[in-house]
Amino acid sequence: MTEIVSSSSPAFVRPAAARRDIGIKRRYAAERRFRAYGMAAIMTGLFFLFVLLWTVLSNGYTAFQQTTITLPIEFAEKVIDPKNERATNPSKLMTANYPLLVRDALVKALGIDPKNRPLVKKATDMVSASARTQLRDIVVANPSVIGTTVNVPLLAEGNIDSANKGQIDLKVEESKRKVNDQQIGWMKTLTDSGALTKDFNTGIFTFGASSRPEAAGIGVAALGSLYMMLIVLALALPIGVAASIYLEEFAPKNRLTDLIEVNINNLAAVPSIVYGLLGLSIFINFAGMPRSAALVGGLVLTLMTLPTIIIATRAALKAVPPSIRSAALGLGASKMQTIFHHVLPLAMPGVLTGTIIGLAHALGETAPLLLIGMVAFVVDFPGSPMEPSTALPVQIYMWANEAERAFVERTSGAIIILLIFLVVMNLGAILLRRRFERRW
Amino acid sequence: MNMMSEAAVEKALDRKMNAVPFKMIGKDVSVYYGEKRALFDVNLNVRENTVTALIGPSGCGKSTFLRTLNRMNDTIDNCRVTGKITLDEDDIYDPNIDVVELRARVGMVFQKPNPFPKSIYENVSYGPRIHGLARSKADFDQIVEQSLQKAGLWNEVKDRLHEPGTGLSGGQQQRLCIARAVAVSPEVILMDEPCSALDPIATAKVEELIHELRANFTIVIVTHSMQQAARVSQRTAMFHLGNLVEENDTDKMFTNPDDQRTQDYIMGRFG
Ligand SMILES: Nc1ncnc2c1ncn2[C@@H]1O[C@H](COP(=O)(O)OP(=O)(O)OP(=O)(O)O)[C@@H](O)[C@H]1O
Ligand SMILES: [Mg+2]
Repeated sequence: MTEIVSSSSPAFVRPAAARRDIGIKRRYAAERRFRAYGMAAIMTGLFFLFVLLWTVLSNGYTAFQQTTITLPIEFAEKVIDPKNERATNPSKLMTANYPLLVRDALVKALGIDPKNRPLVKKATDMVSASARTQLRDIVVANPSVIGTTVNVPLLAEGNIDSANKGQIDLKVEESKRKVNDQQIGWMKTLTDSGALTKDFNTGIFTFGASSRPEAAGIGVAALGSLYMMLIVLALALPIGVAASIYLEEFAPKNRLTDLIEVNINNLAAVPSIVYGLLGLSIFINFAGMPRSAALVGGLVLTLMTLPTIIIATRAALKAVPPSIRSAALGLGASKMQTIFHHVLPLAMPGVLTGTIIGLAHALGETAPLLLIGMVAFVVDFPGSPMEPSTALPVQIYMWANEAERAFVERTSGAIIILLIFLVVMNLGAILLRRRFERRW
Repeated sequence: MNMMSEAAVEKALDRKMNAVPFKMIGKDVSVYYGEKRALFDVNLNVRENTVTALIGPSGCGKSTFLRTLNRMNDTIDNCRVTGKITLDEDDIYDPNIDVVELRARVGMVFQKPNPFPKSIYENVSYGPRIHGLARSKADFDQIVEQSLQKAGLWNEVKDRLHEPGTGLSGGQQQRLCIARAVAVSPEVILMDEPCSALDPIATAKVEELIHELRANFTIVIVTHSMQQAARVSQRTAMFHLGNLVEENDTDKMFTNPDDQRTQDYIMGRFG
C-alpha cells in the first residue's frame, strides 16, 4: 500500500493555489464568542436557581421537624368532670380545664413546687396552647381514658421548638430573649429523660391556620388549592380545547376572528389582579357566590388559565402536519372525524403541556385570591368548595407577615411544599407527553 | 420482463379506447384561487377502468384539476370551482351530493406518503370503519388483508400489522396509502405524483401495482415522468398554463401528438 502511494509521481499533483482570505478565523472567533455568551447566560441562570433553592431549603428544612414533649398525663376525673355529670351533659367534656392536666403533669415531671406560681407559669409556657384541644379531642373520642394515665406527646411551644433547633442565640441577655435560662435548664432535663424529642413534623401538612406557629399547617390551604385545581382542570381544559378547535379548524378567517385572536393573546398578558377584580364583581357581587370560597377562586383562576390553554392548544393544532388532515379527508372522513380521530390526538402532548403549565401558573397565583377574600384565617377543613378556605401561596403570604422565628421557617417550608407540587405537576406533564408520543 | 410484454398486449387492446365508457366527465372546469385563475375551461373525460395520466410543466394546474375530481379543493380557503363534473350520472358539485360520500367513491393518494401515525392495521381499517363497511373483527381482518394484498404489501407486513405505519420504508408507506385508499372500495383513485418521493425500485413496484389496480378501479395519475406516463397509462392529458392542450391515447401522444406544444414538452424543450 505504502509503495503505491510513494511511487505515484508528484509531477501529477498541482501546486496548491494561494489560499484566499475568506475570514475563517473571524468566523470561528465569532462562534467561540457566541458560545461563551451562551455559557455565561446559562451559568447566571443556574447560579440564581441555586441561590433560590439554597435559601429556601436551608431556611425551610427545619420546618419539617417539630419538638414534642411527651408527658404522662393523668386524666383525673376530679379535674375533667368533678361532679360526674358527663352522662347527662356531654358538653362538660368540651369545656373541662385541660390545661390543668398539663400543668400537673409538668409540675410532677420537673419537680416544681405547685404553689410557686411564676415558676409554674414558666413551665406551662413551654407547652403549646394547642395542648388543650389535643387533650380534649382524646377525651371526647374515648371518654374511658378518664381515670387513667397516658403518655401523650404534646407540641412544644414555638420558641422552645426554635431553641431546641438551635435557632435562638443563647448569648443574648436573658431578658431580651424569648426563652429564659430556667426553661433552657428544664429542656435539658426533659431531653435527658427522653421526654423532649425532635420528630418529623406531620402537623405542617395536616393543621389549618393557627396563631401558634407550632399548631399551624398548610392542610386547609392545600385542600383549598386542590379544590381550585380540580375546578380549573374541569372547566378550563374542555372550554379551552373546544374554543381552540373552533377557532383553528372551523371559524372563518375574517376580521372578527382576527380580533378575537388578538384579544386572546392580550388576555394572556393581563395582570392577574385584574382577574381578581373581575371575579369580585361578577362572581361575588353580581352572582352572589360566597366570599373566600374555593369555588370562586377556581372560577377566577379558570378565567386566568383559559388564554394560556387556548394559545397552547392552537399552536399544537397548527403543528399537526396538513398531510394528515388531507389523508383523512381524502378517505371521506368528515371534518369532525378528522379532528377528533387524528388531529387532536396528535396535538394532545402540546395540549397537555399547555394545560399543566397553566395549572402550575394558577397554583402559584396569589393576587386575584386576595381580592376575593381567600386571605382568611381558616382553621377548619372546608368540606366543599363552597366553604371558606385559603390557598397555598396565600398561606405563604400570610406566614411571611409573621415575625416569630418558627413562622419564618414555616414560610420556607410551605414554599418547599409548593415547589414540590409544581415539580410533580411538571413531571406529570412530561410523563403524559411521553406516553402519548409513544402511542403515536 | 414478462410483465412488459403483458403490458404491450394490453396496450394493443387499448387502441379501441373510444369504445370505453366515461367514468367522470369534466365540462368547462375552471378553478380560481381568490382572484387568480388556475384552470381555464378544461374539458376532460376519464374513462372507466383506464389509467389516465396528467402531464405538463410545473404549475400548469394538474394537481388543481385532480383535486376538483374529489372536491379536495373545498378544503382550500378561497378556492372556487366553476363548470360541471359528473361521476357516472351524478353532478359532484350538486348541493345534494355529500362530499363525504363522494370521497368514499373517489379516493386519493398523495405525493408524499402520509400514513396516519398509527398501526398498519388501523391505517387500512380506518376508512372502512368510518364508513361502516364492516362490523365484526373478522370482516375487518379480511378487508385489511385483501387491501394489503391488492397493494402488493401483504407479504412484507403480514407479521407486523400492529406496528406503526410510519415505521415502513418510503415505498412501503406509499403502497400502504394505496391500500388504505383501496380499502374503502372506491370507484376512482386519484394519484398525485405518487412516485416522486420513491426510488426506482419502489417506483417500479407502485407502477406494477397501478397496472393491476386498473382491472377494478378507474385511475387518474399526475406524473412528471414521461416514461412513467408512457408505461402506466392508456390515456394521457397534457396541461399548459391552466389549459388542457391535448388529450389522447398514450401511444399516439408519445409518438405522434396532435399539438406542437405537446411535442415540445415530450421532447424536453420546455417545462
Ligand atoms: N392553495 C393554493 N392557493 C393559491 N394558488 C394555488 C394553490 N394551489 C395551487 N395554486 C396555483 O395554481 C396553479 C396550478 O397549481 P397546481 O398545483 O395545480 O400545479 P401543478 O401542475 O400540480 O404543478 P406541479 O407539477 O409543480 O405540482 C399554480 O400557479 C399555483 O401557484
Ligand atoms: Mg402538483
